[in-house]
Amino acid sequence: MTQKNRLDGGLIDRSETWSFRFDSQYFKGHKGDTLASALLANGVRLMGRSFKYHRPRGPMTAGSEEPNAIVELREGARKEPNTRATTAELYDGLRASSQNRWPSLKFDAMQVNDLLSNFFAAGFYYKTFMWPAAFWEKVYEPIIRHAAGLGSLSLQDDPDGYDKGFLHCDLLIIGGGPAGLAAALTAGESGARVILCDEDFLIGGRLNLETYAVGGMSGAAWAAETVARLQAMPNVRVMSRTTAIGVFDHGVYGAVERVSDHLAVPEDGKPRQILWRITSKRALLCAGATERPIVFENNDRPGIMQASAVRAYANRWATTPAQQVAIFTNNDDGHRTASDLVAKGVEVVSVIDTRADAPTSSDYDVIAGGVIDQTWGRLGLTQIEVKMPKGGIRRITCGALGVSGGWNPNVHLTCHQGGRPVWNEGIAAFVPSGSLPPGMTVAGAARGIFSTHGALHSGADQAKAILSDLGMKVSAPSLPEAEDTPTRITPFWHVKTAKRAWVDQQNDVTAKDIKLAHQENYVSVEHLKRYTTLGMATDQGKTSNIAGLAIMAEVAGKAIPEVGTTMFRPPYTPTAMGVFAGRAWGMETRPTRLTPSHKWAKEQGAVFIEAGLWLRAQWFPQPGETHWRQSCDREVIQTRKSVGICDVTSLGKIDVQGADAAAFLNFVYCNGFAKLPVGKVRYGLMLREDGIVMDDGTAARLAEDHFVVTTTTAKAVPVYRHLEFVRQCLCPDMDVQLISTTDAWAQFAVAGPNSRKLLEKIVDEGVDLSNDAFPFMACGEITICGGLRARLFRISFSGELAYEIAVPTRYGDALVRRLMQTGEEFDVVPYGLEALNVMRIEKGHATANELNGTTTALNLGMGKMLSKTKDSIGSKLSERPGLNEPDALKLVGLKPVKPDHTVPAGAHLMTKGAKVTASNDQGYVTSACYSPNLGCHIALGFLKSGDTRIGEIIRLVSPLTGVDHDVEVVSPHFLDPEGDRLRA
Amino acid sequence: MHDLAPLCALGDSNPRTDSVAGVALTENPGHAFASIAARLGQETACAAQLATLLGGAAPNVGAMVSTNTYMAFWIGPDQWMISAPFDTHEDLAAQLKARFGKSASITDQTDAWVCFHMQGDGVERVMQLCANIDIEQMQVGAATRSVIHYMGVYVIRTAPDALTILGGRSSAGSLHHALLTAMRAAL
Repeated sequence: MTQKNRLDGGLIDRSETWSFRFDSQYFKGHKGDTLASALLANGVRLMGRSFKYHRPRGPMTAGSEEPNAIVELREGARKEPNTRATTAELYDGLRASSQNRWPSLKFDAMQVNDLLSNFFAAGFYYKTFMWPAAFWEKVYEPIIRHAAGLGSLSLQDDPDGYDKGFLHCDLLIIGGGPAGLAAALTAGESGARVILCDEDFLIGGRLNLETYAVGGMSGAAWAAETVARLQAMPNVRVMSRTTAIGVFDHGVYGAVERVSDHLAVPEDGKPRQILWRITSKRALLCAGATERPIVFENNDRPGIMQASAVRAYANRWATTPAQQVAIFTNNDDGHRTASDLVAKGVEVVSVIDTRADAPTSSDYDVIAGGVIDQTWGRLGLTQIEVKMPKGGIRRITCGALGVSGGWNPNVHLTCHQGGRPVWNEGIAAFVPSGSLPPGMTVAGAARGIFSTHGALHSGADQAKAILSDLGMKVSAPSLPEAEDTPTRITPFWHVKTAKRAWVDQQNDVTAKDIKLAHQENYVSVEHLKRYTTLGMATDQGKTSNIAGLAIMAEVAGKAIPEVGTTMFRPPYTPTAMGVFAGRAWGMETRPTRLTPSHKWAKEQGAVFIEAGLWLRAQWFPQPGETHWRQSCDREVIQTRKSVGICDVTSLGKIDVQGADAAAFLNFVYCNGFAKLPVGKVRYGLMLREDGIVMDDGTAARLAEDHFVVTTTTAKAVPVYRHLEFVRQCLCPDMDVQLISTTDAWAQFAVAGPNSRKLLEKIVDEGVDLSNDAFPFMACGEITICGGLRARLFRISFSGELAYEIAVPTRYGDALVRRLMQTGEEFDVVPYGLEALNVMRIEKGHATANELNGTTTALNLGMGKMLSKTKDSIGSKLSERPGLNEPDALKLVGLKPVKPDHTVPAGAHLMTKGAKVTASNDQGYVTSACYSPNLGCHIALGFLKSGDTRIGEIIRLVSPLTGVDHDVEVVSPHFLDPEGDRLRA
Repeated sequence: MHDLAPLCALGDSNPRTDSVAGVALTENPGHAFASIAARLGQETACAAQLATLLGGAAPNVGAMVSTNTYMAFWIGPDQWMISAPFDTHEDLAAQLKARFGKSASITDQTDAWVCFHMQGDGVERVMQLCANIDIEQMQVGAATRSVIHYMGVYVIRTAPDALTILGGRSSAGSLHHALLTAMRAAL
């Protein structure tokens, strides 16, 4: 198809002709086109269907405020629904599809809704789906969900990357029109660090869309020249394709840069978009203004647009929606469109001006005091009917109608922190109030200053004021001469006789809906919004809000400012979810921490499990093992029989030093640490202020003034944070210094009856590991393998004779290989988290399952550890009566009466014969496993008065998993209750 | 001399180097690190010891000082991180303990960190995609704590076109991925 509506001139690059497809049809366009401008050039006005009534729609605007021309852009995984054709940059090979229609855009079966419009008025859902109640879930909701929405998702992963970035500046200027450019020039030449961002790919705002001269040249040429000057300044960053989407605290602005949206596929490694967090000392909003439509009968046909958009398409994109165009206006700006179109050779069939004193023209016919009464054309405008000022109707043939109801300053960002705009009678529009976000000022059309001269000077003046406020020297550039036409407008909001007149075209809200809302007493502007959905679509009502408010004001008998406005919230324009996620998705959602033996474990075929951010070996399958239990059982049995090795680096390590280190630990642990000898380790229980257990671990005293505290993997950071709080806020007079050493040391548990023999083969001469020299709970700094510094702790989580040995992390891989090699004569095995868990349950050691944020030392059977002879965090509140009831939960062991029964974690305990109710609940299972040593399933759990119920048979129920059988209450120490093994 | 072979933080025997559009990202295992925290009441003495070691003043807030042997930067009130060549100072913490005595708590931090050097025209653009640092205003000799992709880091400007980035050793792979991805995106 030829570009039959392409005009001369414009800012497109005719040397680049590109092919693109819309639905099934191929077209040509040029570099510099948007999808909408290229389609209009090809004579295509119909670009979409409306949300509710599926009415044919074409572009209403030439910018980001577009409510109608919404398409699915691209195909496959890159398909992006609800994209505005008016901002989508054309590229060679672009693919776009219309949406919300079936089977085709021209014939949409769902248009039947339009015939049933009487049933679909505002509040339809609320009134219709109230009864019968049973229909809601099965009938109504599925139907509504099926009908709702516009575009469709690809349901595939987005193959492109999105970045987040951080920028800082003295002055952020939002909008690159005349005000923004003048401000940037002023601030840039004054030496301020400036960021100028604009949502368009061609910076200049309306300077690129108008024909008037600026400084003796075209506005577009002046804009291009100015942008080039700014880009040459090292202190100015000019960002096109960048939309400021939100204002946040402390001068922080969110801005989305569309890095690759104008390309079919992003360049290798480059993101599609970047979400910039811009920290500014000051911000100047130069976001311009949006022309608002007038509401009249059937004002939504393709070809009916903002008059300024018709002008923009003609001047910048050298295209017209039709060869015969009419204008409907209430202000002088509509006449500017008519003049520009005439200059471009487009026939202006008539200018219908609602004002009786409308200016006249020799270039086109003016109907002063006329209004549009009706329009015609099923898939695009063909005729309009004008109600003449002296009565009668004139029917005019035209393919497009430019509508100008005046201009609304783009105040949205001024409202993101609660500011409310105020009404300006002179321009009949809301302008920014004094309650702006801190650090923000407004210039140009966004401030209600509509002439080019006014915008230029407003921008420069505001920049000067900001620089002075920042204490910077101002170097003001000379500004060019420009038009300074005053605003002449007589407000006219809607044609009162209209029956189906569209206010919010994206959400299909009519003037009648607004009147109905008022009739049903939804008169508050916020209620009006929600009852009718006015302004709730993706365009946030940029072209509809004021008309809606005006109609509500009229029917309520109020002035527009009395009705007020709804709140604008971020984002300013629709924003892809991907850019909020940035790079944090898939495996990169969060950092991964690897243990020092990870490489070796991977070579062994270990199966890994996430433990917080860590990846830990869960078990090490051997040939012939087909189930994890086989691996786990083998690792447990072999460790208890001989020796096993487990990487325990992920447990938190905190270096505690200082003259008061012992006193400090004595305060943070509920048990005593003041007298722990050098060279000894002690198990410690740390309480929260409320007496509940926070974490457990060990503290090893390496010197009088030096401890190493260990924490559980999960609580490494919370415990460190807690200790810092205590150090800085509760004990500032203590001489204590803390630092994390978790990553600094590779630590391995070496457990089993042969662990000593194995370690003796790698420790250096003179290191005595005998029971006398290095007994249970000893610690020391040693050397191994010929001089490598190491730390050795004789502690045991498995209940066996066991050690934990730590070396600088870089040697962790070599150490595990050495231990495995040296341990071959003992048939050493590596064991993973599963085996570790089984062995600690067999031994009755608590872990996070038991330290679950609700349990006390008493519950854990460690009540006697809580020292009464000293003050420690949580000790007082642990004495609360409620935590010390006679039937308090106590940690017990549980064994099934029938050996083949399981004891699942999460199951609840009931007294035999009692009804299974919450009030009869006696406790619950916290940890469970199969014990290869005992040959049955075992578990740990909390049971009321559990310590006095050893031997009792109770009922284990888990309605969720269908378990209901008897278990015996036993000691939590299933294995070696006397601790002979670990002291061996 | 022990016979255990070390691994670099990224898991290989040799440090990794990547280059994108003239910017090199190099893993550097050649530094020993130790933290220095002044004991209560010993703040002046500790700072004086550090100043002597560095041949000048102890680094101020947000600053780094380097000599032929040492590089130290501020990490908190009366706290510093110091580094020296690993080959000659593997026992850096012990050396410092002997020097500082009771004026400071010294902790070996050598293997707590992965150390990346990033060098080339464009490091500022890369860092703008990584961390909320006003990198354009960050002078040579400045050091700051920040976050890259949810990971706590220290960023030190060692030259107009060079940065040193310290991150937790266990998450070295994730930090490397974040930095390299940002390099490919920015350059």
